[in-house]
Amino acid sequence: MSEELLDIRGLKVGLSGEADGRRIVKDIDITVPSGGIVCVVGESGSGKSVTAFSVMGLLPDGLRPVGGSIKLLGEELLGASTERMRALRGSRIGMIFQEPMTALNPVMTVREQLAELIEWHSDVRPSKAEVNRRVLAALEDMLLPNAPQMMHAYPHQLSGGQRQRVMIAMAMLLEPVLLIADEPTTALDVTTQKQILMLIKDLVKRKNIGVLFITHDFGVVADIADQVVVMQKGAVVESGGADAVLGHPAQAYTRLLIDSVPKGITIPTSARELAPDVLAVKGLKMTYGHRGLFGRGRVTHAVRDAAFTLGRGEILGVVGESGSGKSTLARCVARLMKPTSGEINLLGTDIAAVSNETLRPHRRYIQVVFQDPYRSLNPRLSVGQSMIEGVVNFGASPQVAREKVSALLELVGMDPQVMHRFPHEFSGGQRQRICIARALASEPQILIADEAVSALDVTVQAQVLKLFADLRSRLGLAMLFITHDLRVAGELCDRIMVMKSGEIVESGPTAEIFANPQHTYTRALFAAAPGRERLQ
Amino acid sequence: MAVAGVLLKRSVSVIPVLGVVALIAFMLLRFASGDPVAQLAGDNADPAAIAAIRARLGLDQPLAMQFLNWLWRMLHGDLGTSIVSGQPVTALIAQRVGPTVAVSITTIVFSVVVGVPIGVLAAWRRGGWLDRFAMWTSVTGFAVPTFAIGYFWIYLLSMQFGLFPVQGYVPLSDGLGLFLWHLTLPTLTLSLVYIALIARVARTSMLEVLSEDFVRTARAKGLPERIVVFKHALRNAAVPIVSIVGIGIALLIGGVVVTESVFNLPGLGRLVVDSVLARDYPVIQGVIVVFGSAYVAINLLVDLSYSFFDPRISQQ
Repeated sequence: MSEELLDIRGLKVGLSGEADGRRIVKDIDITVPSGGIVCVVGESGSGKSVTAFSVMGLLPDGLRPVGGSIKLLGEELLGASTERMRALRGSRIGMIFQEPMTALNPVMTVREQLAELIEWHSDVRPSKAEVNRRVLAALEDMLLPNAPQMMHAYPHQLSGGQRQRVMIAMAMLLEPVLLIADEPTTALDVTTQKQILMLIKDLVKRKNIGVLFITHDFGVVADIADQVVVMQKGAVVESGGADAVLGHPAQAYTRLLIDSVPKGITIPTSARELAPDVLAVKGLKMTYGHRGLFGRGRVTHAVRDAAFTLGRGEILGVVGESGSGKSTLARCVARLMKPTSGEINLLGTDIAAVSNETLRPHRRYIQVVFQDPYRSLNPRLSVGQSMIEGVVNFGASPQVAREKVSALLELVGMDPQVMHRFPHEFSGGQRQRICIARALASEPQILIADEAVSALDVTVQAQVLKLFADLRSRLGLAMLFITHDLRVAGELCDRIMVMKSGEIVESGPTAEIFANPQHTYTRALFAAAPGRERLQ
Repeated sequence: MAVAGVLLKRSVSVIPVLGVVALIAFMLLRFASGDPVAQLAGDNADPAAIAAIRARLGLDQPLAMQFLNWLWRMLHGDLGTSIVSGQPVTALIAQRVGPTVAVSITTIVFSVVVGVPIGVLAAWRRGGWLDRFAMWTSVTGFAVPTFAIGYFWIYLLSMQFGLFPVQGYVPLSDGLGLFLWHLTLPTLTLSLVYIALIARVARTSMLEVLSEDFVRTARAKGLPERIVVFKHALRNAAVPIVSIVGIGIALLIGGVVVTESVFNLPGLGRLVVDSVLARDYPVIQGVIVVFGSAYVAINLLVDLSYSFFDPRISQQ
């Protein structure tokens, strides 16, 4: 048995203002050994991130630990001085975050951001050559290509995976004993996620560090955890060895979380009847690019020659990683942007090149649900106002619109009474239901879901996917379902198109694609899906 | 893109702006009421004498010709001759430019040095005593007119404590100490409103940046709080602050006129007021063109500085 590195006992975190008020985290016990990965799993609001930030001594304003103990190699951290905690952060405890896009300082080079760590944690100022040598070694250790050039790059010049590697290089630079990872792969593509997870596993083996890994995804847990701690509403509901928890979960909540991980195909493979096409896209091209003053400029082919049809009541999945052109395709089809060339035949009318004025009556037939339910509702309008606006816009009287909105809210499983409340009063899943109801208000024939479930917790994700399937069978709605996650697409879609670099590289019925993927890229996507071996 | 290329491109784009400035300076006075020639010739002048003066000053030619002549001479460094004193406009401006530039520079430097840290610290301890004090004072800074502040400082610091001279200007060539000693009150007077402005913008900009993820990362790296705030956060908050400093310099030109009068400084502001009262066209035009060019140059510098503070800007 390896020694205990981090020992959290009876940790309680409460609001600073209230002496005996609510506890955000209640009596948490977590132990992280050297050379082990402990995954803390839970949905948003379960207190898993608060626990991680308590260890760092970086709780947001308004929260403070009110009881228990956190020991790092026997040293109590809860009572430690600010100066001592500062010295430990970065040197003994490294931390990486969810959003590598925003976690790095955009105006400082990679070298500057790593070098200052060395400079501020050493008593004698090291020479520049020495600093450069160590920064370079740290970057190379993370298998970053062209590390010498990358040192002088700014974060915006790197890809998401590269940024996360830079973050890990930074966290590991001073050889900490403990690495805290707060959802480090949630914002990454599956293939990149796989690489980062392997990198972290490898670091644990090579450097014998302990990792406290926060995640909401049991797929990721299955890939890397040695120990699992399941949290719900600020308390630990179950903990134990990874095999035990994954194989024989003792709690219903754990079972629910594991079952909610999309497994891929669940739809019976019976071929659907051929329905008339509501949408036919031919030779669709979208090219971005701005010409500089002197005629040069880069041109990006976001979508090249896309062609597909969508039948009534059919759900077509568009799967690809970031930059594959799937969102651009969706936006062109919804005519939120004008494609460079091609044909978009919507219910017999080509809408690809028409003016916005001609387009207006057709808009109601295609509606879009976006990824982030937090940002796609106007925070200053009540839910009812947001929805009624659209209905009235298409010519209904306010009274009729109100009745219709109630019916729609019921359709998506919400109480019509919520109409008078504001978006911030709802959870992410509820907001997404509201967004779906709003999209349905104009009685569309086609619903485009652009990563509509990606920002949701797994259990909520499963519910929303069910809602989509339900809407399809009740309303005969056709859907274009955009996602980066093949597993999610497999749960819902009749057919799947796989996109890479603006091109549709493979398409076919879901069952066929899952049983026998043809393109190497599709196979790579399958191989990268987290938790494949352990969860099936 | 190479820095030199950007510099060249931006500098070229400034030329039409300068042309418009010159045109407005020229037209403004041509359409103002009052004839300088009549004023110059005196009450009893006969029409022939007036016509002679008009011809001598070139005012009998078509407007377009007058403008082109003026532009042409300006390109050769000749801003014309004062109708009143007969001295070259360039010489008049050169005599008066010292005090104005001196007060402007000390004011901007002092405002930035005081305003930025106040704004940063107010944002860092949002809602704390410094924040409340700074925001309350900044309202005062905006509300009280410049001349009132000037007389307040004169009363308090010169007359009551005898710390600084009541008025007057000593050129830099007479010694740095004496030069700054005379500039202290005008600087304190002018800067209050700029400190208020800069502190407010710095605070707002910092509040936004301090909630960003990379600030949390910097703390997680175990950096001292002053490095987190002044290095990581402030550099990201710099672009709006630099913009407001640029605008501040433009507004300063108006503020200088009042301050020069209060402290009896022989600067450009006073020259403008005297020339306007005497309808001395060439001088007014010359000063407008000089101020306009200075403003355009400052704007150019501010624009170029954006890509220094934020490398993402130069990419576009």
